[in-house]
Amino acid sequence: MSHEAKVISPIPGVFYRKPSPDKEVYVNEGDSVKAGDTIALVEVMKSFNEIKTEISGTVGKFLILDEDMIEAGQEIATIIEE
Amino acid sequence: MIKVIQPGIETTVQDIGRIGHYEMGMPPSGAMDKYSFHVANYIVGNEENAAVLEATYMGPELKFEEDAVIAITGGEIPPKINGEKVGTWEAIAVKAGDTLSFDFVKMGARIYIAIAGGIDVPILIESRSTYTLCAIGGFEGRALKAGDVLKIGQQKEKEAEIGKRVEENFIPKYGKMHEIRIVMGLCSYRLTEASKRKFLEIDWLVTPEANRVGYRFKGERLDFVEREQPFGAGSNPSNVVDLGYPIGSIQVPDGVEPIALLNDAVTGGGYATIATIISSDLNKMAQVKTGEKVRFVAVDIDEALRIRKETKDRLQEIKQKFA
Repeated sequence: MSHEAKVISPIPGVFYRKPSPDKEVYVNEGDSVKAGDTIALVEVMKSFNEIKTEISGTVGKFLILDEDMIEAGQEIATIIEE
Repeated sequence: MIKVIQPGIETTVQDIGRIGHYEMGMPPSGAMDKYSFHVANYIVGNEENAAVLEATYMGPELKFEEDAVIAITGGEIPPKINGEKVGTWEAIAVKAGDTLSFDFVKMGARIYIAIAGGIDVPILIESRSTYTLCAIGGFEGRALKAGDVLKIGQQKEKEAEIGKRVEENFIPKYGKMHEIRIVMGLCSYRLTEASKRKFLEIDWLVTPEANRVGYRFKGERLDFVEREQPFGAGSNPSNVVDLGYPIGSIQVPDGVEPIALLNDAVTGGGYATIATIISSDLNKMAQVKTGEKVRFVAVDIDEALRIRKETKDRLQEIKQKFA
């Protein structure tokens, strides 16, 4: 039985999938992640805030494009829990 | 003692502010939403200017190591004690060992956590407010970090009545589209008539550059009246000879992306300030999030003063109820 959970950004801002422009993305769709892993950054108030998954599993799908603006409480990715 | 388990993303100690030192370039800092700040102190029975915590977008996680009475006001970031939901805009009793934490923000941008007695930090230039850009005031001149330990102060005037709540009609509500009232000027004469109208007709988008220093907006370009720049003014048409920037003043560097200067902003400079947010609506401005929209509504100075009195009267009324 697999269950799909959503990772939510608690803060609004600009969404980034990479730790910096010249680095690789934190995770790709299909990668496995552990609870507490950073999967994205959100930039707001001149600071970059790590968005972490609260559950372990496989990254299903990113719901936001890199560098898009997001709202507080917006779903940013799905994690398939196994 | 209160232990900071998680700080949130920007949680600072603030009081009414470092008022009266603008001439030496010291901005006031202080709680951005003064209405919520005052009410939080009234609820817990504190002196008018007791220091509270201001948290933006995310609440902190705090562990209380002694009994305390707290109140949470401002936007809606739902609080929990030991994982159980508790109310806002009311006096809550917290026991030694309890943990206060918060859910995701539901409404507004900032909350105020008042603790009976206030937060005990040193007074610097007549205030306990944090001014992070200069790393002064508040708790070591910075936003809270995990592991910090806060002391409860002695600024309690009376015992709070546990469970007593502010009446619903005194609790502000916020959407995602905000009307912010302004008085045109000081330098609105520098804008073309068409741009003055445009400034008031656009729904301005709040960019990620929006914090205690100022809020930057995206919309359309505004044009300035052509002129030969006077001696002492910069060469860009958005420049004027340096002036003091009113708190809440809006400047438009190069005609793009207006910036509203707020509590921690630079106190003067050479950009034309085209409008100033009225003091009552600075409270509302503090509850606007990145990604939301703002429409500026012009009022004259008499209307601004009338609204200021109305806000003061409302606060007085709440204070009476908790007296």
